[in-house]
Amino acid sequence: MASPMRIRAASKDGVTEVRVLMSHPMETGQRKDSSGNPIPAHHITELSAKHNDKVVLSAQFGPSVSTNPYLAFKFKGGASGDKLVVSWVDNKGESRTDEVQVS
Amino acid sequence: MNNQRRDALKAGGGLGVFGLLAAAGLIKPEMALAAWNKSAFDAKSMDAALAAIGAGKPADSADIQITAPDIAENGAVVPVGVVSNLPKTEYVAIMIEKNPSMLAASFEIPEGTMADVQTRVKMGQTSDVFAVVKADGKFYVAKKEVKVTLGGCGG
Repeated sequence: MASPMRIRAASKDGVTEVRVLMSHPMETGQRKDSSGNPIPAHHITELSAKHNDKVVLSAQFGPSVSTNPYLAFKFKGGASGDKLVVSWVDNKGESRTDEVQVS
Repeated sequence: MNNQRRDALKAGGGLGVFGLLAAAGLIKPEMALAAWNKSAFDAKSMDAALAAIGAGKPADSADIQITAPDIAENGAVVPVGVVSNLPKTEYVAIMIEKNPSMLAASFEIPEGTMADVQTRVKMGQTSDVFAVVKADGKFYVAKKEVKVTLGGCGG
């Protein structure tokens, strides 16, 4: 099981800014290990963010996204105490969901 | 003894079949994720990647801003942000022309979410970074060159 995401969601002047730091190797499939065997690709493929059960962002990631992916975005609305849920799925079928309260 | 050996063979055989199927592409974890646009992420040229996301030949737009460093010292972590000032922006994709997989990430922007996303990407070498935006049903593109100095010696 992957480590928890670090999520910050801050509401200011009617706009909520969300920042997410995921913990994931994001292996491209291009690299080789010390004995020359290719390291299989292992990366997040899909991500979605929901604010009170309404999807505010959905994303697809390829192997070009950096290790431990960072994502920031903004949406209108959102008040202090609202629930924000972020989940991802990777190409091996692993997944992770974390939630925070908007501050 | 013989029975145990037979069981072991069966188990091994079963795994072998699964491995073969997986190798042949018949069983893939991605199958569960039908939404992931595999052909776009596997595309080997900009044209193919653009075609796979349905963009065709997008028009240049000055209303898309790409925030990325002019020179990235560490190609493993290059911050890239895209802001689209086009009305009704519904989709943003970030592509790196000279990466083995050009399409780095794509975002669907529902109504109420601002066309303002930031992430970090890997870059193997100096390349143009493209932001492809779909707004009001049409595709637009902007680009910015990012120089990568992996050795930190300039260049």
